[in-house]
Amino acid sequence: MDEFFWRALLAGIGLAAIAGPLGSFVVWRRMAFFGDALAHSALLGVALGFLLHIEVNVAIAALCAVFATLLTAMLARARLAPDTLLSICAFTALSVGLVALSFVEEVRVDLVGYLFGDILAVGRADLAWIWGGAAAGLAVLGLLWRNLLAVTVHADLAAVEGVNVPAMRLAFVLLLAILVAVAMKIVGVLLVTALLVIPAAAARRFARSPESMAAIAAGIGAFASVAGLLASVEFDTPSGPSVVLAAACVFAASLILPQRR
Amino acid sequence: MSDAPLIAGRGIVKRFEERTVLDRVDVAVAPGEIVTLIGPNGAGKTVLLRALLGLAGLDGGTVERRAGLIVGYMPQKFAIDENLPLRVGRFVGLAGRFATAEIEKALAEVGVAARIDAPVQGLSGGEFQRVLLARALLRKPQLLVLDEPAQGVDVIGQDALYDLVANVRDTHGCGVLLVSHDLHLVMARSDRVLCLNGHVCCTGRPETIGKDPAFAELFGARAGESLALYRHRHDHVHDAHDHHHHHDHAGHTHG
Repeated sequence: MDEFFWRALLAGIGLAAIAGPLGSFVVWRRMAFFGDALAHSALLGVALGFLLHIEVNVAIAALCAVFATLLTAMLARARLAPDTLLSICAFTALSVGLVALSFVEEVRVDLVGYLFGDILAVGRADLAWIWGGAAAGLAVLGLLWRNLLAVTVHADLAAVEGVNVPAMRLAFVLLLAILVAVAMKIVGVLLVTALLVIPAAAARRFARSPESMAAIAAGIGAFASVAGLLASVEFDTPSGPSVVLAAACVFAASLILPQRR
Repeated sequence: MSDAPLIAGRGIVKRFEERTVLDRVDVAVAPGEIVTLIGPNGAGKTVLLRALLGLAGLDGGTVERRAGLIVGYMPQKFAIDENLPLRVGRFVGLAGRFATAEIEKALAEVGVAARIDAPVQGLSGGEFQRVLLARALLRKPQLLVLDEPAQGVDVIGQDALYDLVANVRDTHGCGVLLVSHDLHLVMARSDRVLCLNGHVCCTGRPETIGKDPAFAELFGARAGESLALYRHRHDHVHDAHDHHHHHDHAGHTHG
């Protein structure tokens, strides 16, 4: 097989390693809409990267981090229902991104690639970025694991027990921001949340502890990446949607298999 | 140990929008003392607890805590997302860094040691409240703050739970601040009952509070007469296994 294909496989597995544990928290914390809104803002990061001549990945991560912080602050104060507010922010961010990209003349921006991912175009630098981001994200997540879990179960109880709840919430959305930047190349802005939520949801039925759910989700994500990529080469289908479809098939299968408790 | 209060709120004012929810409330808990806070729904009981615990800011007044005070907190009954696979032992251990032996001991103390490997979502109302109490006890608290500990528990289980709280006070010597909306189950083993309705209406010993005119005014004249004090019964013993089948699925809350 070609080198670009091996790079694509490694990229998918690297992303799955961080998306599994982080996606489990997204499911537990019911933050799928939040993740989606964050991903939609990433396109503006792409535009800023080109316009300001900075590394696109860095621009995405920085923009998502700022957007995540703003969104968290807005959700804490707004009177709107969270899903309404998140919808407004997601589509505004996406539209701002698309408009901004229209000003990027000197570079032909592969819009479809950013929307749906272009995993087969992953270069060596991209691979280093993906694995570096995943390793850093996992290290931070590991350090914060118990406190983050305590806040997820009951924030007030965790606060009385000495956990800095606002700091944990912020750390979590910043981790999500890193993930979006890492995942952009592989599945694109529109499919990032799928890779967070679907493997975690599929893992639930087989998991007996939070950690095993995170690990199983990572495994399912990695499997879906490999299967999706193979299918994408075999049938000449777009890579991002193929990976998501593979994950969806695993989820469907998990519903049929008997549950362990 | 001195008799200075573990925690003391003085003149606590709390407003939401234009509405004053707490109006110059004084409350203090001394070591080894059980203070029960009662009041109708919407009286501001939970708001007061949150203010005392530092979970919410004040619009007036002060909260003084003894330096280095360790608080064990039992929040109002809540549901844990079905998508989170969490066993009882693990849930209790979220309180901090604790050895398995310590967790087992805390669960045994409240009579649910056998449920250590059960998923938290599968517990009955009474079992879950006991597990919450175990988590609070794990930290060896000097002050226990219990928000509606008997919520979602059947009457027999409530008896047993209040017994347990009083025993915990006796064995650990901690102060207890307990909130209840249930007038008819004011603990006889409370040292002091504080009657709250935005402000402190009356305060006194559990045997006499029902006769206070302010109490009658707040809850109706007949409430004082029918006020049933929970009495410790020595002729029978309950534990969590007696009422295993009383599941409470609704996850409702009382304001």
